[in-house]
Amino acid sequence: MNMRGKIAGRVAEVPPSGIRRFFELVQGVEGVISLGVGEPDFVTPWHIREACIYSLEKGYTMYTSNYGMPELREELSRAISRRYGVDYSPENELLVTVGVSEAFDLAIRALVDPGDEVLIPEPCYVSYVPCTVFAGGKPVSVPTSAEEGFRVSAESIEERITERSKVLVLCYPNNPTGATLRRKELEEIAEVVVEHELVVITDELYDRLTYSGKHVAFPSLNGMKEYCVYLNGFSKSYAMTGWRIGYAAGCAEVIEAMMKIHQYAMLCAPVMSQMAALEALRRGDGAVESMRRAYDRRRRLIVKRLREVGLECFEPEGAFYVFPSVRSTGMSSEEFAERLLREQKVAVVPGNAFGSSGEGHVRMAYATSLESINEAMDRIERFLRR
Amino acid sequence: MQELEILSLLEENARLSMREIADATGVEEEKVKKIVEELEKRGVLLAYRAVVNWEKAGVEKVCALIDVKITPEREHGYDSVASRIMRFPEVKSLYLVSGTYDLSVLVEGRSMREVASFVAEKLAPLQNVTSTTTHFVLKKYKEAGVMLYDGEELRRLAVSP
Repeated sequence: MNMRGKIAGRVAEVPPSGIRRFFELVQGVEGVISLGVGEPDFVTPWHIREACIYSLEKGYTMYTSNYGMPELREELSRAISRRYGVDYSPENELLVTVGVSEAFDLAIRALVDPGDEVLIPEPCYVSYVPCTVFAGGKPVSVPTSAEEGFRVSAESIEERITERSKVLVLCYPNNPTGATLRRKELEEIAEVVVEHELVVITDELYDRLTYSGKHVAFPSLNGMKEYCVYLNGFSKSYAMTGWRIGYAAGCAEVIEAMMKIHQYAMLCAPVMSQMAALEALRRGDGAVESMRRAYDRRRRLIVKRLREVGLECFEPEGAFYVFPSVRSTGMSSEEFAERLLREQKVAVVPGNAFGSSGEGHVRMAYATSLESINEAMDRIERFLRR
Repeated sequence: MQELEILSLLEENARLSMREIADATGVEEEKVKKIVEELEKRGVLLAYRAVVNWEKAGVEKVCALIDVKITPEREHGYDSVASRIMRFPEVKSLYLVSGTYDLSVLVEGRSMREVASFVAEKLAPLQNVTSTTTHFVLKKYKEAGVMLYDGEELRRLAVSP
């Protein structure tokens, strides 16, 4: 039988991930310094791992509530309220998920009917467009550029609104650009949201990693709680990527709809990860802050060195990525990344992997030691001098 | 603020150059130099040293933690006894502690005999020292914040979203 012919059309039509392709390229090369990793270089703080081990010893190995453990939801509700002044009921407005990746997929599937349009500012995280397509929705890209600091504006969103527009995706601090949005810009977007009755899916996974000014959570804006699904997780701020644990917060109706899918597709998030997340929320603030300070040092170093070697680089204010332009080299994103890998063994991710408006840029993650950043930059300097 | 940032960088890695510190903190290199000199002068920055696993280097060293009870002196309290003890080069660290004894002394020597004779001939006979209890170190797991065994490896994929 020809299995290829049996694959569902909307899955077959999604091209293979640009990151995946590059990963395979890097696999074959030895002695690579990688700035291509989208995760912290810290191992999860010991107290969190230790709490998980203890929970296993105590026999926490069973299913939990579909929504997630009640204690964890209560702790999440308190944490969001304390940090951003938004109150989500632990009863029915919070859902613990297998990372933000699952939460995003659930939100899209809960909201999007075939043909509905999802507005996605680009460059953006790699899963937004495919998840929309899998759900039968139509992704509508809202391009941003280095000139505007990769901040999406209310006008450019509004320009692309049609009668099928239903969802707006926001991700600030942004992967891959490191851009953040100011309160004023968010408020302008909120006006458009109200006027056109959009639902905002706001992925704020990097909220704890900002370096100038305080993060503004979208649901904390006046009246926005009822317009949005707020997504967050533990991967980046607590260095817990492999635990696959995140959550969604929103009005009871949308959380209930998301839970409906989650209960059949996933049942519940792994209990050991939930126990670890509980410990992270209770006693992890110190570790988050010390990691944030380490990233900030690396951010200063990499931005300075990029500018010294002559790569134009907009200053990132959040997450742990820089997104320099490589246009001055005359190379495309992919050509730059592939040649840099082959000639100097430094891995970076071509910007077009994050949408066509990422062309002309590459993503470098500075979640790596100061020494590695210096070594990588020395190599990039040699690469550019040729 | 800049001072504290520089201190915490150096505490983590004393080999950082002035330029590397400047790049990481955003403070100008000349200014970093000045701040570091000032911190050295004020005795805030005391020494820059390596943490060595001597066992791996094939060098035998013997360490002992010694609990010392002393009678404090009028006017000087514990300080005058402590300042006599800390001058011996065999003494690697010295703390005044609360609890059932007064001073905790970390002594290092080339052999057990050397350490034992230091205790018997130098430490115990000191005036005001009323008793000593010697605990020889059997194995070091962590030194100056560095784990000697079971270091954790990074197991990240080379490229991830």
